[in-house]
Amino acid sequence: MGFPDRIERTVEVAHPPATVWAALTTAEGLSSWFGNTATIDLRPGGPARMTWSGGETAVMRVERVEEPTVFGFTWTIYGLPEDDPRRTYVEFTLEPVGAGTRLTVVESGFAQLPEDVYQKAFRGNTEGWASELGELVAYLDAA
Amino acid sequence: MPPDIEAIAEQVFVALADPSRRAILATLASGGPATATDLAGRLPITRQAIAKHLALLTDAGLVTAEPGERRRVRYRLRSAPMQVAQQFLAALARDWDRQLDALKDHLNRSA
Repeated sequence: MGFPDRIERTVEVAHPPATVWAALTTAEGLSSWFGNTATIDLRPGGPARMTWSGGETAVMRVERVEEPTVFGFTWTIYGLPEDDPRRTYVEFTLEPVGAGTRLTVVESGFAQLPEDVYQKAFRGNTEGWASELGELVAYLDAA
Repeated sequence: MPPDIEAIAEQVFVALADPSRRAILATLASGGPATATDLAGRLPITRQAIAKHLALLTDAGLVTAEPGERRRVRYRLRSAPMQVAQQFLAALARDWDRQLDALKDHLNRSA
């Protein structure tokens, strides 16, 4: 397997989907198990944010809200600048199993590479060399 | 031609696997663009070895050559390939196992 694009986990919890839904989609729930503080505007396109006592901040955008079965959001890839256009998509799926819930989380998009980044990384480098060699030629001609 | 993200990440990791190249990249990251002579003065690596490593790093797109003072070539770190490698590391570092354990603990506590 090469570059990992997708992470998937499934767990079963002994609580009904409505309880799990509240833990995933409310500021009170998120700040209890995920961040140290959380704010969320629960609608597609709504902003959400979590902070940690270490100083980290996660800026999220709510994408899918289908209570109480699907909750999806995007956020920046860890370690990349906040204004980087690359974002991963996280989707929680809740399925009732007996009195409990089967919860699946899928995070995808780690392997995306926008065209402009590719061009900056590679065409830019080629141009750098071209101008460098051009300058060398000019220097030799002048000597 | 489709961008080969795997190849970009591999070049970064190959470059970082060598202690001399790691030292060169770390010096460029912390101190900014430098000439081969600057690097030879700051690192316990011969100028010849530095030139060889800089050629490899330039071919891999991890550093770029640019004109410096008195027409000496300066080398500058390129962040784009590093960010691609960081995407790979981000997937490895994303600890959903720990996070889901925390969620379970929270649900059990509040029950």
